[in-house]
Amino acid sequence: MPDLELNCPLPLQYDQIVMAHGGGGRLMRQLLDSIIQPVFSNPVLNQKHDSAVLNINGSRLAFTTDSYVVKPLFFAGGDIGKLAVCGTLNDLAMSGALPLYISCSLIIEEGFAIKDLQRIVQSMQQTAQQAGVLIVTGDTKVVEHGSGDGVYINTAGIGIIGEGINSAPAGIQAGDSIIINSDLARHGIAVMLEREGMNFESTLQSDCADLSGLVQGLIQAGIDIHCMRDLTRGGLASCLMELADASHQAIEINETALPIREDVKSACEILGFDPIYIANEGCFALFVPEAQTEKTLAVLREHPLGQQACSIGRVKAAHPKGLVTLQTAMGISRVLDLLSGEQLPRIC
Amino acid sequence: MKYLDEYRHPEIVKKLAAAIKAITTQPWNIMEVCGGQTHSIIKYGIDQLLPGEINLIHGPGCPVCVTPLAYIDKALAIAAQPEVIFCSFGDMLRVPGTDHDLLSLKAQGADIRIVYSPLDALNLARQHPGRNVVFFGVGFETTAPTTALAAYQAKQQDLSNFSLLICHVRVPPVMQALLRSPNNQVQGFLGAGHVCSIMGYHEYLPLCAHYQIPIVVTGFEPVDILHGLYLCIKQLEEKRCQVENEYSRVVNMQGNQPAQQLMRQVFDIVDRSWRGLGEIAASGLALTAEYEQWNAERRFAVATINTQEPRDCRSGEVLKGLIKPAHCPEFGKRCTPEHPLGATMVSSEGACAAYYRYRRFEHA
Amino acid sequence: MCLAIPGQLISLSDDRDPLARTGRVSFSGIRKEISLAYVPDAKINDYVIVHAGFALSVLDEADAVASLQAFNDLSAFEKNHGI
Repeated sequence: MPDLELNCPLPLQYDQIVMAHGGGGRLMRQLLDSIIQPVFSNPVLNQKHDSAVLNINGSRLAFTTDSYVVKPLFFAGGDIGKLAVCGTLNDLAMSGALPLYISCSLIIEEGFAIKDLQRIVQSMQQTAQQAGVLIVTGDTKVVEHGSGDGVYINTAGIGIIGEGINSAPAGIQAGDSIIINSDLARHGIAVMLEREGMNFESTLQSDCADLSGLVQGLIQAGIDIHCMRDLTRGGLASCLMELADASHQAIEINETALPIREDVKSACEILGFDPIYIANEGCFALFVPEAQTEKTLAVLREHPLGQQACSIGRVKAAHPKGLVTLQTAMGISRVLDLLSGEQLPRIC
Repeated sequence: MKYLDEYRHPEIVKKLAAAIKAITTQPWNIMEVCGGQTHSIIKYGIDQLLPGEINLIHGPGCPVCVTPLAYIDKALAIAAQPEVIFCSFGDMLRVPGTDHDLLSLKAQGADIRIVYSPLDALNLARQHPGRNVVFFGVGFETTAPTTALAAYQAKQQDLSNFSLLICHVRVPPVMQALLRSPNNQVQGFLGAGHVCSIMGYHEYLPLCAHYQIPIVVTGFEPVDILHGLYLCIKQLEEKRCQVENEYSRVVNMQGNQPAQQLMRQVFDIVDRSWRGLGEIAASGLALTAEYEQWNAERRFAVATINTQEPRDCRSGEVLKGLIKPAHCPEFGKRCTPEHPLGATMVSSEGACAAYYRYRRFEHA
Repeated sequence: MCLAIPGQLISLSDDRDPLARTGRVSFSGIRKEISLAYVPDAKINDYVIVHAGFALSVLDEADAVASLQAFNDLSAFEKNHGI
């Protein structure tokens, strides 16, 4: 059992959990690094990959789990069921695996409408079917009224990783191109605009999508994938900071290269958000050798989820602590930092 | 976005930066009053485009930062009541009170909600007649009219389950307080454009004349800020001092008359203590006697809470421009955005927080 | 302080009390009902500066166009400012 004190360089400053501990920022990192990771520490977990990569009887298996607690449960472009299946498929895809089977655990609040539950499980089944995976096991629990937000879903998934594929952060090398498949921040903003009390009208839809087909296309085309990571909570910025930290590399991205829809930009202006910290659910960052940039973009653009694929930056050089800089449109370079938690609407 | 993107145009930015460089012959200390301007300056790296002679002092224009500890403690005392729905702008939730912040109180089960507008809080009061809905009204003259209308409508509709915890502040008195201070460093001001959209800029004429200091009313985009700085430096170099309006597409001399009229109806001008700066005469707004029924301080008997501030935070000196954030011994050590010690680390607009987020690595 | 951004007024409520007047404002495709209590003269298609759900002022488009032109026509700017 590791000594908690020794593994706790950043003492927690709250003595209870606050929402920011789940916000994908610095407080969440502190919680994982000081309370959870040191207790469970083992070589598989310590790879810090989207899925655990397991060697079993000569096969490499990817194994992952994720819980979903979105509000509202139904939003433009998806619902908690679709999100729960896509999220786990994407975690498997990011480790280079072909997803095979997933599980479904439901924690349902007393009083929740059966017809809403039906909609959610049908949405899960439809998403799984389209991806060619089976939902093969599950669990259902009911909690008292007031103990949950309607329904929480946990999904776990397994998939098989093909020979020679390794997309963990350690594969990132100086000189790599960084490519993303689509525009940023659509999921976080679409969900935010539909929250109770916000009263915005928009046609914006979440980007929630299963990326496994797109990734299989890259693998079949023989792209030399150095690393992949989906940009979920905390957005592009938090994801790149995690990868820079895990790979000890300095990463530079170009502000003008980032694809962001006009309506997403507007919503960010109104609420005082920075779109590079906003959640996505159908977007991932891909690290490939610079010489393969054009080929990778061409393969991605053949797929409906990769039409907007573009190169957004590169890995500059090794850096002991890992560093991400943003080259702004004004020609200035700014060091990016993790936020404490989720961004709060900034009015003043 | 129209009328936003144009003012971020890199070519114009570069040209204005070159123009500033061309006219600057000696060091000048210029304060941008408004926290929104500080945010833009740090986010876009505008200070990196300026010649070394120009020292920007980040002013006290972040209402989240300057809200005194006593009012945070009042907010916490009210929000902890079981029947209360406490509504606030997002940034206020992380401001530390004596024992904890609103986010921690929310974690313990208090019903605390982030709203976009005071009118959203008013709607909550209508939707929940059995609950006591309180809105935390902070901010400068830009935000004060929005809470004034909420108070006005609550009175008109006799909404008895709604009340306001008001800690609004006024910009001209704090500018005067800074200028009066014996170790004042500020030689020119960028005026807060959105405050002036409500108040106009006639209040600055006597300040400019008495203290012989240039004041340029300025917008928030990079082009605006550089243009404002250009006009201010040009005045300084030419030994002039005038009130100029860089933000004329939005601001006029007299400001917004209907808003000023309702503010006079709803608020009295009072003395107010500023976090980090102390009490400043006539620098606050409070509900008039006519609106006493909607005053949350009375309704929840928290008027007597009068917490004093800890001494180890040097945010007052940062706000006055006497030290840069990184010069405070607690900066990035005991004082971080996760655990702010004082005013300027609290809000993302606060000078210390902005430095911490964007510049920390330069000082590491 | 005071995050306020421009949006275009696309429809108006027909409230008789000027302080209760509202309108829908479009921010490049995102729309929101905004209080027009303090901009009684605002008309459809005007750009208003919005803060905390309120229009603070009507943007003077002629002024904006003129100043942008001055910035864009850099030689004129240089001449005006004697660079």
